[in-house]
Amino acid sequence: MLAKRCNKLRERIVERIFSVSGAITTIAIVLIVVFLFREGFGLFGSSTIENGYSLFVNAKNDISSLSPTDTKRIFDGEITDWRDVGGKAGEIKVFRFDEIFNLYSEDAFGDNYALLPDKLAEVIDNNPTIIAFLPDKYAPKPSSVVKRLTDRRITAADFVLGTQWLPTATPSPLYGMLPLILGTLLVSLFAVILALPLGLGVAVYLSELSDNRIRRIMKPAVELLAGIPSVVYGFFGLAVLVPLVQRTFALPVGETAFSAGIVLAIMALPTIISVAEDALRSISPAMREASLALGATKWQTIYRVVIPCAKSGLLAAIVLGIGRAVGETMAVLMVSGNAAVMPHSLFESVRTIPATIAAELGEAPSDGTHYQALFMLGCILFIFTSIVSIAAEIITKKHHTSKEL
Amino acid sequence: MKSTNNKIISAKHINFFYKEFHALKDINLEISSQSVTAFIGPSGCGKSTFLRLFNRMNDLIHGTRIEGLCLVEGENIYAKGVDTDRLRKKVGMVFQKPNPFPKTIFENVAYGLRVNGMGDKQFISQRVETSLRSAALWEEVKDKLHKSAYALSGGQQQRLCIARALAVEPSILLMDEPASALDPISTARIEELIVRLKQNYTILIVTHNMQQASRISDQTGFFMMGELVEFGSTKQIFTAPEREQTYNYISGHFG
Ligand SMILES: Nc1ncnc2c1ncn2[C@@H]1O[C@H](COP(=O)(O)OP(=O)(O)OP(=O)(O)O)[C@@H](O)[C@H]1O
Ligand SMILES: [Mg+2]
Repeated sequence: MLAKRCNKLRERIVERIFSVSGAITTIAIVLIVVFLFREGFGLFGSSTIENGYSLFVNAKNDISSLSPTDTKRIFDGEITDWRDVGGKAGEIKVFRFDEIFNLYSEDAFGDNYALLPDKLAEVIDNNPTIIAFLPDKYAPKPSSVVKRLTDRRITAADFVLGTQWLPTATPSPLYGMLPLILGTLLVSLFAVILALPLGLGVAVYLSELSDNRIRRIMKPAVELLAGIPSVVYGFFGLAVLVPLVQRTFALPVGETAFSAGIVLAIMALPTIISVAEDALRSISPAMREASLALGATKWQTIYRVVIPCAKSGLLAAIVLGIGRAVGETMAVLMVSGNAAVMPHSLFESVRTIPATIAAELGEAPSDGTHYQALFMLGCILFIFTSIVSIAAEIITKKHHTSKEL
Repeated sequence: MKSTNNKIISAKHINFFYKEFHALKDINLEISSQSVTAFIGPSGCGKSTFLRLFNRMNDLIHGTRIEGLCLVEGENIYAKGVDTDRLRKKVGMVFQKPNPFPKTIFENVAYGLRVNGMGDKQFISQRVETSLRSAALWEEVKDKLHKSAYALSGGQQQRLCIARALAVEPSILLMDEPASALDPISTARIEELIVRLKQNYTILIVTHNMQQASRISDQTGFFMMGELVEFGSTKQIFTAPEREQTYNYISGHFG
């Protein structure tokens, strides 16, 4: 009687432990996602100008705000006339804060630089075509001679459609993530195109065609490969593949989307093979026997019965493979060349989203827009992988209902 | 000579091995066409193994070996160069557990036709219907042909598997305990079905159910520990067995 009571109690406790740990895990995951998106969305609405700085022009100038790209091009000397940004003709004079110290001697600024704003205002007044990039701390008050350019806020369009990723440019960092998205898509798509047919082929071979001896050696070997850290793959890519690609295709550099795709494919293969093989293996022998007993050949049995039966497991393999390809960081960082430019072909250096996050997060101050932009990239990556798995889910569901499995 | 000609199946000095294990020992028998032959015997005596010889299903198991002569319609089915796919079209099989494919009812029955390269839609749906009618399932499923086969009951699934086997028009049907997982009503329907199918098919059936064997079969074979202890007309086996082991088994004194 007592023993029975104890048993019941124990079951209740175990049950509780499981449900509590389940709940904690779920909450943790939800919190991570919320955190990711909260940090990321802080980006929109931030000023396009570096934190703590503003741009000033002469009050007579009719320009009252500039896009981040125009700002950057003005300060890079690519745009030299106000006409090009919609103003009155006149050569733009770029003025950076430091230059004030060349114009006046130290004591002209008075105690504690109290007169510095006035001097800056004077400079702006004297140069009708000036654009000055000044810290807010010493900035002159807007007046009849000085006009502060109104801040433009970073918009989703700047972020998603911008073609330049220059997070450390001053005065106006550019967070166009299109090259990163395209880089990620290019590399992962190429990797997936390589890895899927190969991986599924090997899985079918291992589970259906190879004899037991080969399988007993190959399966653990493949699983071992799945556990190798990605740096090792990256190192292999860098040492072997990159020079090979460079020589074979006579390229200026071997670190290209092509190399990265191949390394990624190699990395994704073991996961795909292992999961797909398990899925195929789990199909009951009764299904195979039923098919063979009706006079179907081995191949007919494989593609008409085994593969359709294993469909959801195979899809899991595909999703995991794509996930690995899209999210992989280290190896890609090492072999892709890391050039954040719009990719035009496989044989150019590219940069992927995860590689960007890994490379830049350490340097981005945690209160700045750069930091937020990196989080936003994380969100995009999260959305990517979610789309892949939801699509897979829908495909299986659809199959189920259409054939009423 | 003439008598062997209407023997659709004959086994001569068959020995069968799973690796080292000697599962069938010197089996000899002949079966004439359009008859029902039942095989009985205690569990593990080799009934399934014997049945699976005739569509070479045992080939799928690694390390098996056969000695002796196994003829189907006068042809040595273990000769070199025998096309097992063709053999299996001629020798259909129904398994102990219903094993429909995760496809629709229609596609389950059509499967054997499709893998044999049959593409004519009209022909296929005609054949699906006649097969389902032969398996006494048509009336129950004619309105849900395109529903999943898994939505059927166990007994219906087993009749579906029979229909599936019939669709390729085999001449021989191997049935390994086809009713063992079914309730008495479903079992009765399958027994009726077997008796009816006898007109067109040669049926070999394994069963643990003595009454069933005596009800439906023309001949009965009694296996024990890999040996065919006795083989003869069902009436003789059940009323006047020659061997003591057979008598003991049938009367329930044994196993
Ligand atoms: N795949 C296998 N590998 C090794 N031995 C096997 C295999 N299948 C069956 N055997 C052995 O062969 C013998 C005969 O098996 P079989 O399945 O033919 O028995 P059975 O008469 O059909 O029994 P049951 O009535 O329980 O179905 C058994 O002793 C079994 O252990
Ligand atoms: Mg058996």
